[in-house]
Amino acid sequence: MIVAAKILIAYLIIQGALLCLIAAVGTLRLPDVYTRMHASSKGATLGVASVLLGVFFYYWFINGVFSGKVLLGIVFIFLTVPVGSHLLGRAAYSVGVKLDKRSVQDDYKGHRNFVIKHKDDSYL
Amino acid sequence: MFELIIYTALGILALSTFLYVIRVIKGPTVPDRVVALDSIGINLIAITGLLCILLNTSVFLDIILLFGILAFIGTVAFSKFLEKGEIIENDRRR
Repeated sequence: MIVAAKILIAYLIIQGALLCLIAAVGTLRLPDVYTRMHASSKGATLGVASVLLGVFFYYWFINGVFSGKVLLGIVFIFLTVPVGSHLLGRAAYSVGVKLDKRSVQDDYKGHRNFVIKHKDDSYL
Repeated sequence: MFELIIYTALGILALSTFLYVIRVIKGPTVPDRVVALDSIGINLIAITGLLCILLNTSVFLDIILLFGILAFIGTVAFSKFLEKGEIIENDRRR
């Protein structure tokens, strides 16, 4: 029983670590801010949630402790990381970060007034 | 065997954190750097969980929640600074 639980835990942890590595490689290789944000937010969220699920199963099956803090951490990460990424993407668009050259269309152009106050320091 | 798997996962997470550090250094715009720093904070949560397993204690499990909340607050504050130019607005006439 302990062996089966350890196999499950090891699978979850290795899967989460590999998802984090895939998210990092995507952040390094993709051409654009928005595509990089797509890779890092989704991959890092699922990978870290998987690792924390492995930690939760370890404390539940092997130590016999039902730790609600780890479950609360999983729920908090699933709620907040996409919201933070959405806010950062909107801020990047309204600051004026360009899309990649290979982008086909931009439906959001013209619907939003740029709020750059000082043109000299627009953080680009 | 189990400890070897945990150490392997820690090595993979360290490698991914190093790739994020490369993106922080050479990112062309500021939102790139903020995305990479946020993801480093998220990776640090997983590293804390694995260290809890390795050290066989449960006292560091509070740090997971702490890192999550701090990463979220930092990202929200920095995106608001990028968009509006200030973080806490005292102008209530809008």
